[in-house]
Amino acid sequence: MTKMFNNSLIEPSRRTVIQSLASVAAIASLPMPAWAMGKMGGKLRNGMDQVAGPDVHLHIADGMFRTGNRTGHGIGLNGTVPGPLIRLREGTRANLMVHNMLSEDSSVHWHGLLLPFQFDGVPGLSFPGISPGGNFTAEFDVRQSGTYWYHSHSGLQEQMGHYGPIIIDPEGKDPVEYDREHVILLSEFASIHPHQIMKKLKVAEGYFSQQKTATFDDYGMSAEERLMWGRMRMMPTDIADVSAPTYTYMINGHGPADGLELPFEPGERVRLRFINGSAMTFFNVRIPGIPMTVVQADGQNVQPTEVDEFQIGVAETYDVIVTPQAGTFALAAESMDRSGMAQATLTSQPGQRASFPELRDPPLLSMVDMGHGGMVEGGHDGHGGSGHSGHGDMKRGQMDHSQMDHGQMDHSKMNHAESDTPMSKMDHSGHDMGGMKMRDTSLLPASVEVGPGIDMVAMNPRDRMGYPGLGLDNVPHRVLNYKMLRALNPDHDHRDPDREMELHLTGNMERYMWSFDGKKYSAVGDSPLRFAYDEKVRIKLVNDTMMAHPIHLHGIFFELVNGRGHAQPKKHTVIVQPGSSATFDATFNEPGDWAFHCHLLYHMHGGMMQTVSVAFPKDAS
Amino acid sequence: MRKRPLTALAIGLIASPVMAQMDHSQMDHGQMDHSKMDHDQKEKAEDTGHGDHAGHEMHSKPMPLPSQSRSGPPNAADAIWGADAMKKSREALYDDHGNMSLFWVQGDRLEYRAREGEDGYLWDVQGYYGNDTDKFWFKSEGEGSFGEAIEQAEVQALWSHAIGPFFDLQAGVRQDFHGAERTHLVVGAQGVAPYFLEIDIATFLSNKGDLTARIEGEYDHRLTQKLILQPRAEINLAAQDIPELEIGAGIDSIEAGLRLRYEITPEFGPYIGVEQEWKLGGSRDFAIADGEDPSVTNYVIGLRFWF
Repeated sequence: MTKMFNNSLIEPSRRTVIQSLASVAAIASLPMPAWAMGKMGGKLRNGMDQVAGPDVHLHIADGMFRTGNRTGHGIGLNGTVPGPLIRLREGTRANLMVHNMLSEDSSVHWHGLLLPFQFDGVPGLSFPGISPGGNFTAEFDVRQSGTYWYHSHSGLQEQMGHYGPIIIDPEGKDPVEYDREHVILLSEFASIHPHQIMKKLKVAEGYFSQQKTATFDDYGMSAEERLMWGRMRMMPTDIADVSAPTYTYMINGHGPADGLELPFEPGERVRLRFINGSAMTFFNVRIPGIPMTVVQADGQNVQPTEVDEFQIGVAETYDVIVTPQAGTFALAAESMDRSGMAQATLTSQPGQRASFPELRDPPLLSMVDMGHGGMVEGGHDGHGGSGHSGHGDMKRGQMDHSQMDHGQMDHSKMNHAESDTPMSKMDHSGHDMGGMKMRDTSLLPASVEVGPGIDMVAMNPRDRMGYPGLGLDNVPHRVLNYKMLRALNPDHDHRDPDREMELHLTGNMERYMWSFDGKKYSAVGDSPLRFAYDEKVRIKLVNDTMMAHPIHLHGIFFELVNGRGHAQPKKHTVIVQPGSSATFDATFNEPGDWAFHCHLLYHMHGGMMQTVSVAFPKDAS
Repeated sequence: MRKRPLTALAIGLIASPVMAQMDHSQMDHGQMDHSKMDHDQKEKAEDTGHGDHAGHEMHSKPMPLPSQSRSGPPNAADAIWGADAMKKSREALYDDHGNMSLFWVQGDRLEYRAREGEDGYLWDVQGYYGNDTDKFWFKSEGEGSFGEAIEQAEVQALWSHAIGPFFDLQAGVRQDFHGAERTHLVVGAQGVAPYFLEIDIATFLSNKGDLTARIEGEYDHRLTQKLILQPRAEINLAAQDIPELEIGAGIDSIEAGLRLRYEITPEFGPYIGVEQEWKLGGSRDFAIADGEDPSVTNYVIGLRFWF
């Protein structure tokens, strides 16, 4: 008999740690939890409990948070970071009651949940916000299942710990069979206040990176390449705006020093529900020695696909099934810039600690990330990414486009000598470095407002649905990419889009300005993107920046246009790769105003956000 | 007579960073062929329905929008919660997402200068308050020798407006607190030129009608993540002789320095360095007449900080 919903979320070792803290024990012994009585003023506990629907109370309160040697001011829900796992069941009516015990406004956005827009939790857009001491109740019919999460949409509270997982169990039989599950909520914590982080990003480019190019670095870049980047006033190391050592990367509120343990019994099918609840970090996730079968993306079931590693963008979720034999395994979630790692030990022997792989050498951005096209993504698809390993032995001469990347990827295990592929010689696409135009604004459609907020225009943006993510395009094992995602239940009533639109993701790294179409949200809040009720629109996002942006649409799932026809996967968040494009089809059948934004917290606050306004059916003429 | 070409030079210098910024977009249109190809495809691109077109070009079609897509109630939430209840949080929402103002102060050079004769000191501080595109910017510079009257001290108050991704146009006033205590109108440009060269160019028109200009450039070369070698150059120009200030027309002076900084944090970096100053042309003659050395080597130790 399968233990369908075995919640081993609080494992014995963590209990031991917790109980050794007298103050926490004292709190636990009170008839009413401290968080329910008012200000904590004390410690926030690492890890989360579970609260099951239909009636759920969340108390938002602040306190000191600690993981390893890092302490800082945090915001938790019900006394923990992350907040409690909210467990709902499809087909029921949820009644989520939020109590704000902070001295400032707060909110909870139910990320990925289908609900009336007024309960979506974006202050100023879907509701007025929850004032200090105030309450808010979201009551709605649960009409979906899967792995989701929730977080603050007020200020920069999310960075401080205001997030938690949501699991919705399906009404009928779950098509995913498993014996045990673990939520793996990835996030990061910093000791400094997020407002300080924002300021440093604004005034000092590259402030948080300890991996910038320098005379004495280990990057195998030629002098010409270095000069080329300098001339463009761009940094090839601009991969994560904020990273370790400012951040400690966490799984379920535990940094590496906490030694988080995830138990299993040998032979069990273990469902790992990965949620990237971080503010700014893409993670490369792997469990060396254990293949992972991806069964769900953004809460939507997909046809099982076996991989050895996947990159998860901010706000995305992936459910995977693993079936480890007896032993101890390292669950390693390396930040995309490889400055740090979130860690947990998956073990059948309590008390064992896995040995974690070393951080791999940091990747660098390439010409393709500047929007100079080149790398034909189809050929790239098989390059270690999608399992067509037969392509791996292609002669390098045939792979001229991808050589561009490899010239910079000297740390890869592919042993391509970087010295004989200097970028200046890779002028196969008809231009050399001297001919590159970084900001040819004549390429932009009229809808884009050209100004100081745009420092780059992708000259030749390519769709990169088949790209596994920066630094994972030439690892010697199988890595997930968007083309590998196929909906479990194909949509046979597929409609063609009624219209198409193109939106540009624009930015200025130096000034740290971010926007859609060159217009910051502060300037266009009252001019939303309007859609008719039930209109189906194909939206092409063109990334005119050198950063990957996880773009999230509230309230509506879109289909990735990834070449899978009727099995196009539904998602709530799509990564648009640097200098590239990504396209989705959205049927706007959820009326009301919805937020649409980059889920990198400081990009959103820089202005990369818009309102999507969907007409009400009653308004139809 | 001598004024005109130098005025043109000064204006040209202000314009140069702006032009440098536009370099890329003006260059090499002949090499644009494949992106032009994409343009052509744009016009031909038609929706082929869903399916395998992940890679193909898709663009906004001039298709008539359903009327609902063009207009609608301004804010759906007002109908649920009331416009009054929404107003404050909506204003905060917009302000929070792209309209942030910051206060920043930088001491670029605060240094002790060892040299022949009396050792000296120098400060070079700037800061701003404002948003992404418009800022109030202040600058102060001064130097002198210990035991002597201050040689130079000035404060500038400027409005700084973004005119491109990398450059601000700055305009305002400068007040001198040394010598003849002049007041100047300032027009300049400040920003980051290709190769991450930090450039500050300004022209000054004094209340006595004297036109001068200053060009400063510095570059942070990372030796390691914390050790930074900073070459720096400054050129001062004058459109006319200014005898009261012992400035000769033409190139008044040139400074070239090299500083080695260790950033304990990015905000706090002590440094050592050397800077050579030359007075040239008429200014050189003034200096020699005064018995001053027109060429001075300073060995400096100082601090760069910001907050």
